[in-house]
Amino acid sequence: MPSNEALKETERVMVICNACRYCEGFCAVFPAMERRRNFSYQDLIYLTNLCHNCRGCYYACQYAPPHKFAVNVPKTFQELRVDTYQSFAWPGFLAGMFQRNGLLVALITVLSVAIVLLLTLFQGTSVVFSTYTGKGAFYDVIPYLFMVVPASVICLFVLAALLVGFVRFWRDMGGKLNELLDLRVMVHATWDAFRLRYLKGGGHGCNYPDEQFSHARRWFHHLTFYGFLLCFASTTAAAIYDNVLHWDAPYPFWSWPVMLGSVGGFGLLIGTGGLLLLKRQSDPEPANRRLLGIDVAFLVLLFLTSLTGLLLLALRETSAMGTLLAVHLGVVLGLFLTIPYSKFVHAVYHYAALVRNTIEQAESEHHKNF
Amino acid sequence: MIDLTQSFDVLIVGGGNAALCAAMTAGRAGAKVLLVESAPKHSRGGNSRHVRNIRYLHDRGNDYLTGSYLEEEFCDDLLHVTSGETNEQLARFTIRESADLGKWMEKHGCRFQPPLSGTLHLSRTNAFFLGGGKALMNAYYATALQLGVEIAYDSEVRDLEIDDGKFSSAVVLSGDDPQEIRAKAVVVASGGFEANIPWLKEYWGDAADNFIIRGTPYNKGRMLRVLLDNGVKSVGDPRQCHAVAVDARAPKFDGGIVTRVDSIPLGIVVNKNAQRFYDEGEDIWPKRYAIWGRVVAEQPDQIAYSIIDSKSIDKFVSPAFPPIEADSIRKLAAKLGLDPSAFEETVVEFNKCVRPGTFDPLVLDDCTTEGLEPQKSHWALPLDSSPFYGYPLRPGITFTYLSVTVNKQTQVLMQDNQPSTNIFAAGEIMSGNILGQGYIAGFGMTIGTVFGRIAGREAAHYAIK
Ligand SMILES: Cc1cc2nc3c(=O)[nH]c(=O)nc-3n(C[C@H](O)[C@H](O)[C@H](O)COP(=O)(O)OP(=O)(O)OC[C@H]3O[C@@H](n4cnc5c(N)ncnc54)[C@H](O)[C@@H]3O)c2cc1C
Ligand code: SF4
Ligand code: SF4
Repeated sequence: MPSNEALKETERVMVICNACRYCEGFCAVFPAMERRRNFSYQDLIYLTNLCHNCRGCYYACQYAPPHKFAVNVPKTFQELRVDTYQSFAWPGFLAGMFQRNGLLVALITVLSVAIVLLLTLFQGTSVVFSTYTGKGAFYDVIPYLFMVVPASVICLFVLAALLVGFVRFWRDMGGKLNELLDLRVMVHATWDAFRLRYLKGGGHGCNYPDEQFSHARRWFHHLTFYGFLLCFASTTAAAIYDNVLHWDAPYPFWSWPVMLGSVGGFGLLIGTGGLLLLKRQSDPEPANRRLLGIDVAFLVLLFLTSLTGLLLLALRETSAMGTLLAVHLGVVLGLFLTIPYSKFVHAVYHYAALVRNTIEQAESEHHKNF
Repeated sequence: MIDLTQSFDVLIVGGGNAALCAAMTAGRAGAKVLLVESAPKHSRGGNSRHVRNIRYLHDRGNDYLTGSYLEEEFCDDLLHVTSGETNEQLARFTIRESADLGKWMEKHGCRFQPPLSGTLHLSRTNAFFLGGGKALMNAYYATALQLGVEIAYDSEVRDLEIDDGKFSSAVVLSGDDPQEIRAKAVVVASGGFEANIPWLKEYWGDAADNFIIRGTPYNKGRMLRVLLDNGVKSVGDPRQCHAVAVDARAPKFDGGIVTRVDSIPLGIVVNKNAQRFYDEGEDIWPKRYAIWGRVVAEQPDQIAYSIIDSKSIDKFVSPAFPPIEADSIRKLAAKLGLDPSAFEETVVEFNKCVRPGTFDPLVLDDCTTEGLEPQKSHWALPLDSSPFYGYPLRPGITFTYLSVTVNKQTQVLMQDNQPSTNIFAAGEIMSGNILGQGYIAGFGMTIGTVFGRIAGREAAHYAIK
């Protein structure tokens, strides 16, 4: 359960916003808020996760601190959101990962890199530092089973953890599981999610790094989002080449895995780099500094994944390949191990909230027609 | 830090809508402009930071306005609310000058949105700001800076040096030491005097202690006083102001829109003696919204209570403060500090006089009372479904109408009706020329934008000719 304090504060702020409504043009949160008069736990966790943190409503707010009403919607939502990430995390004992997230994610990543490096070094230094080319070169450094078995186990675990989180959140928002079977709703919400519809913020973008409207955050987020998906597609393609078609990696430049991976890698590199830069420059007021680590850790990890991946591609025919492969896989391992306890989960909960919103919108349209 | 020892072309006093429209226009015309705002940066923008829409002339609808709004209709609307208390020539001039203001505003950074839910009755005539007035002010300040306007926050203009109707310099308090600032022309856009309680008391007596000021605490009317003391001619009844009923628990200043209470037409309103005193259902709410400040101000101790029952609790925009709730009329009286017997008697009497009808909050329905003084003309339903709810009410002053007289160039007129050569006024401080009484939604911003632009243009023209 999210902390009482965070719930109370969010409720207090929503009551003021609901009397004001000046921000209803910015995003989906305010129209959803207006469909309610009272704000229960269900409503609050829903609204909080529907917010994409554009900050429009902070700069527009005549009640922002130091006004006595001290309305700071993005900050209030951020605090409750992190509470929801914690309370839906699975397995429960790992929920604490969201506290001091930056430090823990960094530690796990460093450990992962170290372990992979050590494991490869165990095979003798010559293995790591020699130059390999041609078929099966990667597996000369790290044997096939060592790569595939842990990867599959971790993937399954991550999927399970995210799914549990999604279902718990859906249930706590007051949703029924059969609602998720409505194809039209799911397509609509997914379409909204993929075009990152609400990141447009009333058509003018977000307020980063300051009160001016700008589309920078949207574009960087697009690059990150689609970059991530392309990298994921590249990995999948590679898995198919390897396990189904039995073609050994590394693949030539004009192959699907490499093409997708390089385009995605560059997207991810620029996207996360841009987002990190925006974060650095941005106004600290509409956020809780203590929680900044969660965002930064995830972005840095994605940045490193793409950076090491691209370096690996560039230098794969040199003696640096062995080390780079180990480092890259170490970073990827860190990324995957921490996914259910990192900022990644915002994708899951925001998506769930979008689905809820699609259902609600359809219902209120329905009422209007009668 | 701005070098205040240099001489400026145009000095703008104030930091709200009228001031910024003047500053942007003068800056664009090439004048060297200094804008002096008494509030610190975080509270900049005066009452304009609390607004949500503007009314202007347009001959076709667009993404934000559902249809056309033409001169005759606009004039009729205005003449109707002011009951003739207006300079009709200037009123028509204002309306004509407002044609397509939206385009100019967008060019200067304003962003609009479709109308707010709950204010759909204004969707044809008024354009709503995305994020409200503070967002508009943010955009205007950014544009003004781009146009080279210098801005001094946390700086109050204390005095103007005026000789024979001609301005030469101003005394500004920025930090501890008063400084003299020289400029060729001055635009005074410093709002009304609604935040000056001692001044309000001159007309309202001690009752003014119980007024709540809905907007900025910085509109103390100092410039209005200075101009009047220097022989500028006044216009408007000093008692006239825009006032609505707000929640008595609202902060003394700057509570803005969220303190309003829209439950009034759905129930009854009693004073501290538990007596009704005005027809709560006289007309549709948007038309009666702005009389309740005055009506409550005339009650003993300037306090009243809007009472509804559970049938109506979800039929109006929920206010920021929770209702006071009880499961019987007598218990509610106790919680509100009213005499339970007197209160019960009022409610019983009211319920007895309610005639059956078909309740419809959107039209003047036929739910009325018979044989009751004062009558409730519409939406009269018996108060009989527990729980019962009460909202304590106080007069909430939006702005005052007492103004300096101006001509079409916004030059202030002296006692002998001669225009000052280089003193211009815009916004609330001259609204009394057009609004002798009454108000139509979104017109405060019209006045500020229309006359702010003219003042900026004329002042720049005078200074750099
Ligand atoms: C809650 C609320 C909602 C409203 N909603 C609407 C609406 O939707 N539409 C509409 O048209 N109108 C609305 N109004 C009315 C509207 O706010 C005013 O008509 C309009 O903002 C007046 O603009 P202005 O520039 O003249 O004054 P203001 O915006 O009040 O600006 C006056 C400025 O002068 C500064 N100042 C004062 N004295 C000095 C001094 N001595 N030295 C330096 N600076 C000084 C103040 O700090 C302030 O920045 C609303 C008002 C309130 C309170
Ligand atoms: S954030 Fe502020 S301006 Fe926006 S709706 Fe809430 S109270 Fe109103
Ligand atoms: S920060 Fe942006 S997305 Fe979040 S509630 Fe405010 S306006 Fe909506």
